[in-house]
Amino acid sequence: MTIIKWRPGRSGYRFDPVSEMQRLQREMHRIYNTLTGTWEASRPAGVYPHLNITEDEDNYYVRTELPGVDPEDIEITTQDNDLIINGERKIPAEGENVSYHRREREAGSFRRITSLPTHIDSGKVAAVCKNGLLTITLPKAPEVKARQIEVKPA
Amino acid sequence: MSDKELQVRGKRELESEAERTKPGPVFVPAVDIFESEAEITLLADMPGVASENVSIDLHENQLTVSGEVEPFISEKEEYLLQEFETGTFHRQFTLSDRIDQSAITATVKDGVLRLVLPKAEKAKPRKIEVKAG
Repeated sequence: MTIIKWRPGRSGYRFDPVSEMQRLQREMHRIYNTLTGTWEASRPAGVYPHLNITEDEDNYYVRTELPGVDPEDIEITTQDNDLIINGERKIPAEGENVSYHRREREAGSFRRITSLPTHIDSGKVAAVCKNGLLTITLPKAPEVKARQIEVKPA
Repeated sequence: MSDKELQVRGKRELESEAERTKPGPVFVPAVDIFESEAEITLLADMPGVASENVSIDLHENQLTVSGEVEPFISEKEEYLLQEFETGTFHRQFTLSDRIDQSAITATVKDGVLRLVLPKAEKAKPRKIEVKAG
């Protein structure tokens, strides 16, 4: 069970019914998936980077925030149901005569592995990195897609 | 590859005293700020923010940086896993140096804002001649 964060403020908590409903809907999906065991990952992993995974009829979409990461330093591998994201975030030095007031951004390497619920068509995986947001589109394998069978008149 | 592995850190949510007109979460971007003799540079991580959605405001010595993330999920998509939320980035600083407002430059690359704030030219030291009376 997830605890929904209470956001206190001097001006008081503003109740926003729409976003609360959306949050509730997501929670219900997560609980359902946990109970049925169809999807093992239902809570954030303690591994960089954090992922959002969505699906529609044809594809899975894996999104992650990688600000300041050169797309050339990202490596994406797929194997069966698994998706591996490897990479490195580099922060170049800023000259010798500078003094830092704040240094909150970090550099380093990362590796994240995640499993998707079904097989994917690994030949057609596409990845786009725009404004530091990486979107990986993974088409579902043809055999797992729902198929409609037409009934022909005799 | 560097030896250091990046550790995951949740996005910091802004606890603002002022009420916002727009609903949705507000996050505090991680920043680097460094100073050289001529200028102050600020780097802020704002993933998902396009350059046209960044706003920078310098009033008196109060610098406000904010950026909007446009929703990127289509209506047909359903969440399987959500580890991060998206929203607005917002952060404010008080600057101690005088800044030459007309020479400020801002660029966004790969979700990182680079803001260069050149210091205003200080009053040049004057030499006062003492004349013999």
